[in-house]
Amino acid sequence: MNPILFHLLTIVILLAALLTVASMLIWGERRLLALWQDRYGPNRVGPLGLGQVVADIVKILAKEDWIPPFADKAVFQIAPGVILVATMTAFAVVPFAPGLAVADVNVGLLFFLAMSSMSVYSVALAGWSSNDKYSLLGSMRAISQMVSYEVFMGLSLMGVVIQVGSFRLGDIVLAQQRLWFALPQFLGLVVFFIAGLAETRRIPYDLPEAENELVAGYHTEYSGMKFASFFLGEYVGVTLFSSLVTTLFLGGWLGPVLPPLVWFILKTVLLVCLFILVRGSLPRPRYDQLMAMGWKIMLPLSLANLLVTGAIVLAREGAR
Amino acid sequence: MPGLLADGVELWPLALYFVAVVVLAGGILGLSYVLGERHRERATGMPYESGMIPTGSARVRMPVEFYLVALFFVIFDLEAVFIFGWAISARQLGWAGYVEVVIFIAVLVSALVYLWRQGALDWGTARRAGADRDRSGRRHGDE
Repeated sequence: MNPILFHLLTIVILLAALLTVASMLIWGERRLLALWQDRYGPNRVGPLGLGQVVADIVKILAKEDWIPPFADKAVFQIAPGVILVATMTAFAVVPFAPGLAVADVNVGLLFFLAMSSMSVYSVALAGWSSNDKYSLLGSMRAISQMVSYEVFMGLSLMGVVIQVGSFRLGDIVLAQQRLWFALPQFLGLVVFFIAGLAETRRIPYDLPEAENELVAGYHTEYSGMKFASFFLGEYVGVTLFSSLVTTLFLGGWLGPVLPPLVWFILKTVLLVCLFILVRGSLPRPRYDQLMAMGWKIMLPLSLANLLVTGAIVLAREGAR
Repeated sequence: MPGLLADGVELWPLALYFVAVVVLAGGILGLSYVLGERHRERATGMPYESGMIPTGSARVRMPVEFYLVALFFVIFDLEAVFIFGWAISARQLGWAGYVEVVIFIAVLVSALVYLWRQGALDWGTARRAGADRDRSGRRHGDE
């Protein structure tokens, strides 16, 4: 196939898939939570309640797009766009199958870290520009939580980088042909997954939007599609972290019999379900416990993981 | 500048993808602006404060811990970036590089232990070092 056409097709299909997955997850999460909590969930509209997705989109688009007269209007309108752009752009470096990525650049992992930390701007700008007390409280919590967990999110991945010697996600997948990094880097996997929960601000790390004390946190004043785009951003973020865990720790597209893309999607969907199961089963900690967990447990753990991995790799290679 | 960052990977799809994402996000938000209803009533333009009439400015004062966390982030994330640089070339640097990074991380960890002992990582005042002294030694009547 013509390479230019191939790239264009990849971009179009990826964007369509991301939007579909993000809106399907609104339904999927409610159905799965209902399953685990012994309820029905949305099951009325269409087969299995799937029509709920369309109904929700139509409803959100028809809602009033209110811009508060007391808000910083320009910033208020940009903030929800930032989270969508940041999380969706990060997908550009994820290899879905051999050779199937928008751009599998040699700084892929750094690109992902940069893009995922951009979403903190969205939350900060949204909370500050809303000029509302709940929004400001929620966004302050979100900022300190996200920057704290970001410090060791990057460090937890460095074990993998030491073993592979590359930031390119395609190389990292190929290095797992003999053994998935989930085993030698189990600690890194756990730390990264927890950091992913915190970065996407999901239960148990959803204190920024803890609805029983802060109404909705930083998106209290948002309505219509702007409100929904924070949720779209969250679901794209969940998919992003699931696909990153798949790529870095679970062998990416590698697997027997089935085609590579199917393996990738299968592993990612399972991880998304795990994200939802965590939400369905864990309570919310106190804010000081959350921050203490980050700085006092996760950061030393990821540093230890890094040093031990480095020593083992060097000893096995017989380096001087 | 082909080859500078890409080594074999074309970069224009990345740029095009970014533009497409921006257009898509703008399109979704714009569509909602066009399609959404509009209404104007007595309380429409008020900030939401659980049904109360809003009081005072929303620019409330924040606990200083948030500011501390921002500072720690700058320090520790910057050090993390140096560690990234070692991790990518750990094999080429061998044991000499390893010893150097151990020293670097030891400095980092001692800073963390210092902050921990000082109580800078604790929220609220109860367990912070010197909290008792503060409580007894605070001068009243300053406000």
